[in-house]
Amino acid sequence: MREKLIEKGLLLVAFSAVAMIFLIAAFIFREGMPLMLKVGITNFIASTRWQPGQGKFGILPMIVGSLEVTILAIVIGAVLGLSCAMFLAEFAPRWSVRILKPMIELLAGIPSVVYGFIGVVVLVPWIRTVFGGPGFSVLAASIILGIMILPTVIAISLDAFNAVPPSYKEGSLALGATRWQTLSRVMIPGARSGIIAAFILGMGRAVGETMAVIMVAGNALTLPVSVLQPVRTLTSNIALEMGYAAGDHQAALFATGVVLFVIIVILNTAALLITRRRR
Amino acid sequence: MLIRPFVWQRIVWAVLALMTLATLVVLFFIVGFIAAKGAHVITPEFLFSLPERMGKEGGVLPTIVATLWVSLLAVLIATPVGVATAVYLTEYTRESVLTRIIRFGADALAGVPSIIFGLFGFIFFVIRLRMGWSVLAGALTLAIMILPTIVRTSEEAIRAVPAALREVSVSLGGTKSQTVARVVLPNSLPGILTGVILGMGRSVAETAVLIFTAGSSLLMPRTVFDPARTMAVHFYILAREGLSMERAYGTALLLIVSILVINVVAYLLMFRVTRKLR
Amino acid sequence: MPEKLFFRNLHVTAGSGVVLRDITLPVAAGEILAIIGPAHSGKTTLLRVANRMIEDRRDLCRTGDVLLDGVEVRTLDADELRRRVGLIFATPVPLPGTIFDNVAYGPRLHGTRHKAQLNSVVEAALRAAFLWDEVKDRLHTSALRLSGGQQQRLCIARTMAVSPEVILMDEPCSGLDPISTSQIESAMRQLKARYTFVLVTNNVKQAARVADKVAFFLSGELVEFGTAEQLFTNPRDRRTDDYVSGRIG
Repeated sequence: MREKLIEKGLLLVAFSAVAMIFLIAAFIFREGMPLMLKVGITNFIASTRWQPGQGKFGILPMIVGSLEVTILAIVIGAVLGLSCAMFLAEFAPRWSVRILKPMIELLAGIPSVVYGFIGVVVLVPWIRTVFGGPGFSVLAASIILGIMILPTVIAISLDAFNAVPPSYKEGSLALGATRWQTLSRVMIPGARSGIIAAFILGMGRAVGETMAVIMVAGNALTLPVSVLQPVRTLTSNIALEMGYAAGDHQAALFATGVVLFVIIVILNTAALLITRRRR
Repeated sequence: MLIRPFVWQRIVWAVLALMTLATLVVLFFIVGFIAAKGAHVITPEFLFSLPERMGKEGGVLPTIVATLWVSLLAVLIATPVGVATAVYLTEYTRESVLTRIIRFGADALAGVPSIIFGLFGFIFFVIRLRMGWSVLAGALTLAIMILPTIVRTSEEAIRAVPAALREVSVSLGGTKSQTVARVVLPNSLPGILTGVILGMGRSVAETAVLIFTAGSSLLMPRTVFDPARTMAVHFYILAREGLSMERAYGTALLLIVSILVINVVAYLLMFRVTRKLR
Repeated sequence: MPEKLFFRNLHVTAGSGVVLRDITLPVAAGEILAIIGPAHSGKTTLLRVANRMIEDRRDLCRTGDVLLDGVEVRTLDADELRRRVGLIFATPVPLPGTIFDNVAYGPRLHGTRHKAQLNSVVEAALRAAFLWDEVKDRLHTSALRLSGGQQQRLCIARTMAVSPEVILMDEPCSGLDPISTSQIESAMRQLKARYTFVLVTNNVKQAARVADKVAFFLSGELVEFGTAEQLFTNPRDRRTDDYVSGRIG
């Protein structure tokens, strides 16, 4: 009887822990949807004019901005991250992996604001001198984000490599293939779904990043055409204006949050489906 | 034909090693850069005095206090909830629709961006529940954010406890709750603690959430209902407003060192766990 | 004399196979019953049905009766049943902690908290398991540092600390050195007046050494049951004879 009570109690706690996600979604939607409907969903998403003072709420520049920055970031993160994962999985001596892996995870612990700061102090001037333009740009944001998502990409890719059945690898080596041939022809295809999941999750983190992007992206409201132009992402938009927004303006920021939320859910679901399908 | 693959492999090895090196160089560069520019700022005065002129001068004591309060409180709230959830998932149920819902909720929570947490914390704790910008609002929001981490690590730690130990307790007449409390939890404590400490690390690093829930007041917080500015938020404001580059570097170094210490402690704990189970 | 433990028409199936086939087996109080037979004969299942630790497995289906002092065990409170019917596993599993904490674990579960009481219970249990002299000076050191034989005796002491009425033993001496084995066998002989022992063993000689009654199981079936003397010197069933004399294993 007391046991039953304890069990029910634990269930309640577990459920409320889970209910959080629904609570969060509910509140964000509740604050944002009325405005989205008032302005018109297509208008909200497709209009390029964000002028809160005049009641114009179009977030297309921010959506494009987020997309550009994220895609470029994942390219950078994928190249570097996958290389690291491959190196750690196949070529690095075992003892070194035990040191390197925690160090890379330390990269994940550095606050995003510190990344942004380094970006402002080191990267932006460098871009300005080498490429021209204001320096605060899509490129700067992408590079910083690419570095920030490295730990995620590396960790998940590494897990994917380690999950490939050893028999695949041994079979290939037994046939006389070199380590690289084994890696490229057997391991990578074998770990494909895990690697794709790593990229998608990395994208999710890049889309959601706020502070670092605010500091290096320039935050101009224009639709970025070249990577050297400044850009404002969905997250930056919310963070920058939330401090002084009121009424419809504030609601519009919540609506931006709704769009962000939906994008993240789509990305995470995609990652889940891909990892589950390739059993 | 036989030569080519091995040459190719050498090239690939070199490229991959270079990439890995580049990654590490970035890490060391960031830490080193901050350390070089910020080391001289860290004086006892800096650590223990109050900020003056909006942070342009003076020290960072209130931010250190704020950071400690917010992160400790967040962990204090999240740990019982997270461990209880993990216990329920592993000990009291089998894989079923219910467990999958719970796990989905926890994973979904893990993917939510911090700015959304900031929005939620603002509209729910600060406004709706009338807490105002406060340590409490910040801690509660952070607690929700680190919950998935704690649930995941606790689950792993609990699963790692050998079934034989549970059987011993049951065979002596122990009830399920007794077995959990007296055998399972004590033996999974190091693993659980690792997750808790990592959660604390995340709390210290978090900025977007806290600006909108704990506020940015530089006054020393006296109760949990007072607004507070954590080190991360302070650093952000210093950097953005360009108030004092020196103090920005100093605060950044403090931040990095704190997180480094927290992570190292977590890793040491994890190694102790793996050694004990051998 | 009424039986202490009585298996009556016990039939256990798991998934598609039959694990125990219509077993009727009385266990008298104060005696040592040895259950012998090759692997996968259902011997361990029999023990675990007795203290209801089999119920963790969802696919098991059980019909028939298992009576403790005439009462069906499924009607008893499971936790209380397990206190009254203790189980010693084949591999000694000390709880991480001190020797004292291991033995005191059971009593603490059931509410004993008084220090003096715990001390006396622990000492009595360790003496009964023939372990007291070896550990009395290091009760508060880690139990994991004991040798295999000592650990198993510790597990026995741990079970005895809750004052059971029946002690089930699942191949307790497998993997132990001869000295530890003989110590455990001595303990059984000395204590059988106080407890009822059911000993599963794949060591026929051990059964011959300690048992009063012997039951021979083969593939889930109770082939023969009788006194030790009778089973070993003059078995009725051909299969018993084959197993006991080592022709089949």
